[in-house]
Amino acid sequence: MIEIEKVSKAFEQKQKKSYQVLDDVSFTIKQGEFVSLLGPSGCGKSTLLNLIAGFEKSYSGTIRVNGEPVKGPGAGKVVVFQEHGLFPWMNVLDNVAFGLKQQGIPKKKRYERALEGIKSVHLSKFIDRYPHELSGGMKQRVAIARALVMEPDILLMDEPFAALDEQTRYILQKDLEDIWLKTRKTVLFITHNIREAVLLSDRVLVMATQPGRIKKEFVIQAARPHQAGDPLIHHYENKIMETLTEELEKVVREEMGHDYRLEKNAVPSLPDHDLGIGI
Amino acid sequence: MGYRVFDWGWKFPSPLQTAEAFVDGFANGHLFGSILASMRRLLISFVISILLGTGLGFLFARFRFLDETFGFLVVALQTVPSIAWLPFAIIWFGLNDTSVIFITAIGATWTMSMASRTGIAQISKIHLRAARMMGTGNGLKLFYQVMLPAAFPHLITGVRVAWAFAWRALTAGELIGRGLGLGQTLQDSRDIGDTATLLCVVIIIALIGTISDHFCFKRLEDGIMVRFGLHAAKN
Repeated sequence: MIEIEKVSKAFEQKQKKSYQVLDDVSFTIKQGEFVSLLGPSGCGKSTLLNLIAGFEKSYSGTIRVNGEPVKGPGAGKVVVFQEHGLFPWMNVLDNVAFGLKQQGIPKKKRYERALEGIKSVHLSKFIDRYPHELSGGMKQRVAIARALVMEPDILLMDEPFAALDEQTRYILQKDLEDIWLKTRKTVLFITHNIREAVLLSDRVLVMATQPGRIKKEFVIQAARPHQAGDPLIHHYENKIMETLTEELEKVVREEMGHDYRLEKNAVPSLPDHDLGIGI
Repeated sequence: MGYRVFDWGWKFPSPLQTAEAFVDGFANGHLFGSILASMRRLLISFVISILLGTGLGFLFARFRFLDETFGFLVVALQTVPSIAWLPFAIIWFGLNDTSVIFITAIGATWTMSMASRTGIAQISKIHLRAARMMGTGNGLKLFYQVMLPAAFPHLITGVRVAWAFAWRALTAGELIGRGLGLGQTLQDSRDIGDTATLLCVVIIIALIGTISDHFCFKRLEDGIMVRFGLHAAKN
């Protein structure tokens, strides 16, 4: 269980006033729930994950994991990073067994458990390969196995599939859902991909940007496993898109200037696009 | 020994004379003994400088205030030829092995600490985070299980350069120091004008340097680079 209460965070900037990343964010993730945090880039979703993981400190408000305030990174809450973060000098087996080694588990036993974990992500053939010999999708599978073998209460996933190609991403999403259905871990999944969020989650929290706060919450009431063709899934996708458009506009304006309007530019409303009115 | 000097009109030995000096030197055990004595000094100071350099580099990478205050000092010290410390060493330790070992170690430490600092500073944040998340903590476990191997590509470059620097400092130190050693052999041969032995020693130093670099460090470096995927494995 993750409880977040009135969390705010600002980064100090040189010469400028401090930059407010998170403003009064509150939500709770129940035991065994799969929750996605969705938002445009720069909305502070990764910062929030880093706070929960214990990588970053100095914030106001309270973050409790299983009822206890977060003190630092630890084995109870494991992170899957966007750039896998595997150790290049270790083969797949040693990478997966690394966390178990830190817990002082004897060699034979930790290799057994690591093998089991590698099997669950379908990489048994590659245990003696080094990370640079694997494809992006395989690396991310190893990272997931490495997280799962530690048997954490909470899995924190920071845009784990963002760097993958569409097909690989689709397969990994399916596999992740399978794994989750089997293990029922509490998962906080960070993404900027609406479809991914809806396909995987029980609940999607849409974030507003500058400063980051929770804008709206969607409970995905579709049958598991979620199907991409399910009309209900489409319905949620559209709903979330509507909510996000406003935020996207904010981001785009920040980058391109204040006269930019997403609505006007997105819809074919140029004078010569008369949509056949004159027929 | 002396006859080799007088039947040749040049101040540079002929190939035949050099070969003769080689055979003589090894036959009476003098050259071999010098090599052993020099290698002993070299290895002691090399180990000291690698440990010290890696440690210093770690401190510089980890604590920014150290880097900002003493960091430039290391760069400054690196530009000082280590033989410049020999007069100091002689005053402190006397004209003996300790002095030679001291300046050899000093010669290699600074370059090693620079390499180690770069290596450790460039470890990706994500690796450190992943390690801490899996329970290495912030201390020794993190250092030897993650930071050292992650910095290895830089460290091994540092080790190779340090090895070359150590040789330089050692030979210079031995030229002045007393006892048995390659540098002392150079000095003694100069005293009696034995150019053949001089050339022998130079060749021996070059050989040992190349062989050790090629068979130890280069192998090690290649192995690590392949493992890290930094260059493709040779087929």
